[in-house]
Amino acid sequence: MEITGAQILMEIFKEEKVDSVFGMTGGAAIDIFDELARTSIQHIMVRHEQGAVHAADGYARAKRSVGVCIVTSGPGATNTVSGLASAYMDSIPLVVFTAQVPTNLIGNDAFQEVDIVGITRPCTKHNYLVRRMEDLARTVKEAFYVARSGRPGPVLVDIPKDIIQGKTAYKPLRAPSLKSYNPTYKPNIKQVKKAINLIREARKPIIFAGGGVILSGASRELAEFARRLNAPVTASLMGLGAFPGTDELWLGMPGMHGTYRANMSIGSCDLLIGIGVRFDDRVTGKIDTFAPHAKIIHIDIDPTSIRKNIPVAVPIVGDCKIALGELERLMDEEALVVDPYKNRPWLDQIEEWKNTNPLSYEQMDIIKPQYVIERLYDITKGQAIITTEVGQNQMWAAQYYHFDQPNSFITSGGLGCMGFGFPAAIGAQVASQDKLVVDIAGDGSIQMNIQEMATAMQYSLPVKIVILNNKYLGMVRQWQQLFYEKRYASTSIEETPDFVKLAESYGAVGLRATRPQEVVPVLKEGLSTPKPVIMDFWVDREECVYPMVPAGAPMTEMLLV
Amino acid sequence: MKTMTKEKHTISLLVDNQPGVLSRIAGMFSGRGYNIESLCVATTMDPLVSRITLVTKGDQLIIEQINKQLNKLVDVIKVHDLTETDFVERETALVKVRARPGHKAEILRLVDIFKCKVVDANSTHYTIEVTGTVEKLSAFLNLIKPMGIKEIARTGSIAVSRNNK
Repeated sequence: MEITGAQILMEIFKEEKVDSVFGMTGGAAIDIFDELARTSIQHIMVRHEQGAVHAADGYARAKRSVGVCIVTSGPGATNTVSGLASAYMDSIPLVVFTAQVPTNLIGNDAFQEVDIVGITRPCTKHNYLVRRMEDLARTVKEAFYVARSGRPGPVLVDIPKDIIQGKTAYKPLRAPSLKSYNPTYKPNIKQVKKAINLIREARKPIIFAGGGVILSGASRELAEFARRLNAPVTASLMGLGAFPGTDELWLGMPGMHGTYRANMSIGSCDLLIGIGVRFDDRVTGKIDTFAPHAKIIHIDIDPTSIRKNIPVAVPIVGDCKIALGELERLMDEEALVVDPYKNRPWLDQIEEWKNTNPLSYEQMDIIKPQYVIERLYDITKGQAIITTEVGQNQMWAAQYYHFDQPNSFITSGGLGCMGFGFPAAIGAQVASQDKLVVDIAGDGSIQMNIQEMATAMQYSLPVKIVILNNKYLGMVRQWQQLFYEKRYASTSIEETPDFVKLAESYGAVGLRATRPQEVVPVLKEGLSTPKPVIMDFWVDREECVYPMVPAGAPMTEMLLV
Repeated sequence: MKTMTKEKHTISLLVDNQPGVLSRIAGMFSGRGYNIESLCVATTMDPLVSRITLVTKGDQLIIEQINKQLNKLVDVIKVHDLTETDFVERETALVKVRARPGHKAEILRLVDIFKCKVVDANSTHYTIEVTGTVEKLSAFLNLIKPMGIKEIARTGSIAVSRNNK
């Protein structure tokens, strides 16, 4: 029996166990949505395609599966670019379907035609234009496989309208295998043995975990490894939650806004074990002063991450979970026992750094943004899924909310895409109906995708938004204060809407706190309201994120409070 | 670890013969700020697979990244950095050179010495096909240049390794 291209998509969605998709229709995509409406798959219709991709990103992380988007051709497709670029930098598995003008019009500058495959080549893991009916099923199947395997990432499939409408025979395909694409999961044992030799010699080891640990589901293995080595753990922004933020071996995040002890530890350690990280410039600072006394072991599934930014003594290409398993196994075999007293002087030193310069801020009778996050942490008992926008709000969330679980912190790490947090929270809420999902936002970034409040209302997704409202684009203002003699060019945004009324206009709930004593009551009321809520906190306008390492400086040269 | 000396590397790629592959490869180079000195594409015996021979320059770390980044592209089946091995490399050029009466004999002598071929001639110009290593081509071109080169078309390097793997 022959079925249409749109029906083939639905068949494969079933095979891939897709239960929700995020999207927006349009001329070229009508048939897909027509078919989708006949299935039991939930369609979350957004108000802007960028929101759809960020929502699918949030969904993919909270659910640990592939996020799916469907949008129309032309502007529908171009609006997905920021979302794709963000997911690509953060290695989040997505499959984004863009409808395209019919094949006979491609290249004619047809209405709502754009070469989206050309545009998104550098910001997707892979992309496809389906040119022939008989290629559709294999391509879609392959897209899911490429998105979720190896180092995950977004894959775009562009489908012309005549192929969506055309008919062909369909029978389910077996799992694809590609001769040109074979990710390495299992590490080379020789390399693992070399790593163990370095571990045996180390006196001041630290573990630096990244998003790869979360993506491969290796948190348990990481915790066992750290305890066995009695080695302190730091994690990149993308790695927060990979290791319990309340553990005594936890150092906090390193880097530009990292904790004093994390940066000092990297500056003095003799062994740094990087697991699923890519040594981004916000973490390394000035490259030749990064971990100057350390031998570095680097585990990553993507060979291009290794030796891209920093020299490595022992590279290990493989999946984090499998590699940590192999390390454990070989340490068992060699009966490697780390003397718990061997690292004691090292841990004592770190404890001293912790006590001399903890994260801190000065409480005054004006609301401090850090105070809002601390109280949010107390009231939610650390159990909420936190998404963030980008800038100061993101850094304070990373510093003051302590993440014990993987995938409980969802942020646009690599791209730093303002407007990410709210749609991502919507996606996370779709994935975890019973969880409290909170977007920590700034008054600048929340306005970048505020239209999705209508989406949250339409699908009764009780997402909570905490706005740290300083009427500035705060992070850039901070740089201007510190490095541009307080010339606040283009960062003051006093013309912001009344966020309480804005929430109400959507039918959501708006609350406001302007004084410190109002913070807890507003949080308690907002978090217990079973609807989307905006909580607008008027915070100290010129508060800065500290510590701060100026761009390009060594990480041990921090500006402290 | 950083060796900053730039080396020329000849990289041979087998890729899926799909639209857009070349653009992915070229885009990877331009997006990451690497250089392509020459690039040559044609199908192999298997019509679904193309071979790309490209010549690039960079220090050791850059070359390592280029090889890894090429390998990472989903359409790329195999990356072989020939510079690490023993290999044969050739390039062909078609050179249209001015053939003044007083120069004709000299041109033909050079053609003979360099084992080139005159593939076309008219009253004013010879078109010469020259094949060889990049060094041979530049030696020939240096000698022929004073005669007046009107046009030149070069293929860029193609290469295969000498071993049986």
